[in-house]
Amino acid sequence: MPVNHAQAVLNGERLALTRALTQIENNTAEGLEILEALFPHTGKAHLIGVTGAPGTGKSTLVNQLALAYRQPADGTIPPRVAIVAVDPTSPFTGGAILGDRVRMQDLTGDPGIFIRSMASRGSLGGLAAATAGLVQVFDAAGFEIIIIETVGAGQAEVDIARLAHSTIVVEAPGLGDEIQTIKAGILEIADILVVNKSDKPGAENTLRALRNMLSMAHPEGKHINHHGQLMEIDSETDQTGNGWIPAVLPTVATSGEGIPDLVSSLNAHIDFLKSSDLWQLREEKRLKNQLETLLGTALRSRWEKSISPDIYQAALAKVIKRELSPWRAVEELIQGAGL
Amino acid sequence: MGNSQNKIRVLIAKAGLDGHDRGAKVVARALRDAGMEVIYTGLRQTPEMITEAALQEDVHVVGLSILSGAHMTLVPKILKLLKEQGLDDTRLFLGGIIPDQDKPELIKLGVNGIYGPGTSTQTIIEDIQKACQ
Repeated sequence: MPVNHAQAVLNGERLALTRALTQIENNTAEGLEILEALFPHTGKAHLIGVTGAPGTGKSTLVNQLALAYRQPADGTIPPRVAIVAVDPTSPFTGGAILGDRVRMQDLTGDPGIFIRSMASRGSLGGLAAATAGLVQVFDAAGFEIIIIETVGAGQAEVDIARLAHSTIVVEAPGLGDEIQTIKAGILEIADILVVNKSDKPGAENTLRALRNMLSMAHPEGKHINHHGQLMEIDSETDQTGNGWIPAVLPTVATSGEGIPDLVSSLNAHIDFLKSSDLWQLREEKRLKNQLETLLGTALRSRWEKSISPDIYQAALAKVIKRELSPWRAVEELIQGAGL
Repeated sequence: MGNSQNKIRVLIAKAGLDGHDRGAKVVARALRDAGMEVIYTGLRQTPEMITEAALQEDVHVVGLSILSGAHMTLVPKILKLLKEQGLDDTRLFLGGIIPDQDKPELIKLGVNGIYGPGTSTQTIIEDIQKACQ
């Protein structure tokens, strides 16, 4: 049955696709079998991550990006585009409002586009635990472009960089001074930096601050694709060590201004990844990351199954009374489970 | 966390051309607080848009807000489109201004519940939970 289901997904049946996504999101046994059957068909799509603070215009930008991909200026056959949009789950009730579709109304009615919203369900890195699985389903189903929109991310939600080939970090004017741009975290993962709402006051300052930040990270200023030629970057001076200097692009997502440049930049990035061995390297890194995450989850659930809740509760009670340290408790609980 | 989770997923849509989405937002928020995942789609949705979103999001429930008086046109169309997509098991709930004389006909068509002004959100939550068991 799951094998038939997987085949229906490969055949492009939309009902089978949406039901498979649900099974995988709910982490059911059937979902895992579907993923298992689809896995050999993955690894073809260009995965584009879009992240940034809440309200910077990520969903509107994704809307414009998808439109641009579906209407190529050169009249070539457009790629099919899948969008996975993650919004936060309430830590108190477990509920969520998934509102990214509101900004993507232009995309309805196009059979070459499939939008799926997901709640983060307790994950803290900006994605949900099942996001990687959903992306693999879309990949196997033949979507050539997969755009992943993270929850509104602050400074440290950097999981997207481990999942996507190209990560777009969206900024908006007026969100902080130059010190914010030299902090570690989200800006470091950008392959492309977008200053959205660039028609608003202060956009010039934000663009300048980000460009200054980049010139500090790449002090020699050795540009790649300089006059159409791929230039060597001295690894000692290039902190990212991969030779790609992120573009800083102004956009106005509500009007579509700057979107063609963004698409060109994404295409340049994918060409760059493929012309070096970085595409392969990112694929390997992503699969390694997925394997480690799955291993962690599996170990935890095996531990949960092999220890009685009473023992756990007793240990917790002791920790609360400060009779036992949390570190010692962990040791005892792991040993108690016989793992 | 990490184990199998089956959340109730609800699509909240404003069909028709009126711009009053206060009620839809109140219901969306109440369902969120009841632990459901609510996909909010915004104003002026056509039956085609609503059905497409219901398919892509694989929701258990579609909650429609209609205040324009066009429910006798919109609801049958949405039910028909849902069936065509193979979404026979999707439950449809209706909120807004629905005259009493239209209610029996709508229920007969397959609407699971109809809620007018003054309905407690708790009633809606319980009805959805019951319908999704």
